[in-house]
Amino acid sequence: MYTYDEYDQKLVRERAAQFRGQVERRLSGELTENEFKPLRLQNGLYLQLHAYMLRIAIPYGVLSSTQMRKLAEVSRTYDRGYGHFTTRQNLQLNWPKLEDVPKILDELAEVEMHAIQTSGNCIRNITTDPLAGVARDELEDPRPFCEITRQWSTFHPEFAFLPRKFKIAFNASGDNDRAAMKYHDIGVKIVDRDGERGFEIWVGGGMGRTPVISKLIREFLPREHLISYLEAVLRVYNQLGRRDNIYKARIKILVNETGPDEFRRLVEAEWEDTKESSLRLDEAEIERMRGFFSAPDYESLPSSDELLGQIRSGDGALARWARNNVVVHKQPGYSAVTLSLKEPGTPPGDLSDSQMDTVADLADTYSFGEISVTHIQNLVFPHVKTSELESLHADLVALGLATPNIGRINDMICCPGLDFCNLANARSIPIAQEITERFEDIDYQDDLGELALKISGCINACGHHHVGHIGILGIDKRGVEHYQLMLGGSAGDDASIGKILGRSFPAEEIVEAVERVLKTYVDLRESPEEAFLQTFRRVGEDPFRDTLYGDVLYADHSKS
Amino acid sequence: MATCFMQIIRNRKIVDDDFVTVPNDAALPESGNIFVSLERWRSERDRLSARSGKLGVILQNTVDPREIADDLATFDAIAVHFPIYRDGRAFSVARILRQRLGYEREIRAVGNVLRDQILFMERCGFDAYQVADGKSIESALGGFEDLTVTYQDAIDARSVPRQR
Repeated sequence: MYTYDEYDQKLVRERAAQFRGQVERRLSGELTENEFKPLRLQNGLYLQLHAYMLRIAIPYGVLSSTQMRKLAEVSRTYDRGYGHFTTRQNLQLNWPKLEDVPKILDELAEVEMHAIQTSGNCIRNITTDPLAGVARDELEDPRPFCEITRQWSTFHPEFAFLPRKFKIAFNASGDNDRAAMKYHDIGVKIVDRDGERGFEIWVGGGMGRTPVISKLIREFLPREHLISYLEAVLRVYNQLGRRDNIYKARIKILVNETGPDEFRRLVEAEWEDTKESSLRLDEAEIERMRGFFSAPDYESLPSSDELLGQIRSGDGALARWARNNVVVHKQPGYSAVTLSLKEPGTPPGDLSDSQMDTVADLADTYSFGEISVTHIQNLVFPHVKTSELESLHADLVALGLATPNIGRINDMICCPGLDFCNLANARSIPIAQEITERFEDIDYQDDLGELALKISGCINACGHHHVGHIGILGIDKRGVEHYQLMLGGSAGDDASIGKILGRSFPAEEIVEAVERVLKTYVDLRESPEEAFLQTFRRVGEDPFRDTLYGDVLYADHSKS
Repeated sequence: MATCFMQIIRNRKIVDDDFVTVPNDAALPESGNIFVSLERWRSERDRLSARSGKLGVILQNTVDPREIADDLATFDAIAVHFPIYRDGRAFSVARILRQRLGYEREIRAVGNVLRDQILFMERCGFDAYQVADGKSIESALGGFEDLTVTYQDAIDARSVPRQR
């Protein structure tokens, strides 16, 4: 993984000192709250419903065991003993005190971490595939380009005060996008064309109150132009993006208003003047970055595909876990393991300080000290010897992180909702917990197969409800929490936005509504192999509307 | 009108401002260095060119500086206005002036100019700063020192990747 040199280290130290000064100037009254607000936001510090919230950056989701231990220590010392992993591969602390934040930043700097640009109207954390570097389907490891982009975007002097926040994601695995690339302000897809490696550039995707799938703005960008092209997109956005209305300020609105063709013309005209400038990436820099992400010291082992197949074919807990939570690896003899943070009874994405410490120890034992964070709010051990899966499984069971529900209905994305957030209209965590309990039977979850359920407590869509196969959106209906149900969304390469089929449901009815949708799917699928999304796309929304809003339950008379 | 010179920051030093800003509805002073709006420059360019004293023009941050590329040689200074510190358009305006159009004389930040943005302003091409009313100019000077590591080239080509 990337390791800091003297420059990187100096930068995070200077940032911590700068923020300490800003806090002092705020407390002395030299800075007004309005002046301080964007400064604290650019350091990931929000003022939430009950307290400050600090969002710590985990660049493209990669953590070392040392960093995980530090997160445990910080959670224990300055917060209430837990942290929350987010959909942008970061970690949030929900209860820090303002005066402690400079100390937290100093502590993070010790382990090459920071909270730079995790909020504010600037370029946010760069995200990618949690299986980067180990996925069999990737063209190459995207993280060297993520790191190049991270450095370029960190304290970029021109783009620190954009019309609105700006998110960039990388996908190197073609159709198997695991980074929701098409819902980012810029999605970069690594592709080959005529034997040359380069990028597709997608612009203007996003969720929020106006969900939009990004548009392909450039079909092929040679590698050396990555930064100059990103800079051209950002400059056009900085100058032309709307600043009169916060809800129309994202780049997706600009791209929609100009149209993709005109937007492309503006970007290309800008780029024409800068592509041969010092922004051009030289091959040596790309190679230097690749060096940081070279493979760990793998043992030379025979293929373990057969062994993994054997483990999976059993009928116990280990077998199910190996089927659902383990994926094949690029390196013979190794597998990648997902640690489920969707244990019943715990809010999705939460991890306690003692769990963090043990995860760090297990990462050292089984995964070369490496951990990655997924945008579905789980953790991955990317390099586990297949022969050690059984032993790791036992350790994870003891830790409560072996719930075999990855890709299942209970592997939900859920925002903090009204329990924490001052934007929310409704609670989301209690709904997630009710769903978890209702569908706790793992045989039933396996029978339902691949299913992405996503819950947001308001239209800002932090819980990605638009792209859930089943999405739930909390709304306020005359002072009462209600939940809108939507179906058929996808965050993948086959991106689609979920459809609302009818009226919303009060809290006590929403889980029942989900259950009716599931029964309808089970009745209508052509075979157990046909996943929910495929069935929905094949049969359309009518049967689901009938079951949700008709007088009779479709499921009751469809099959005997 | 007796003019009390304000202080500004120029090239990281506090100096007396040797320019005055002439509002659109005020008469042009006979001599001395002045800033006028772009509109006034456009409507009175002959009179302004004939004056003695230096001439500066004030740009709103919505102006595309490429529109005035042909006039740049006549300006001794260009001010770019920050209506509010969190409106980042002026950063792009300054960079285009410096890098695209090769403007080499003073580019001054005016308006809501605050300490915590001043370093970014400098890296985008500003070299003079009229700090916002009520804010300490000495404190603002400290803003240049807050961060010394730069990861990317802006108008300066001193980014970390070149030093490694």
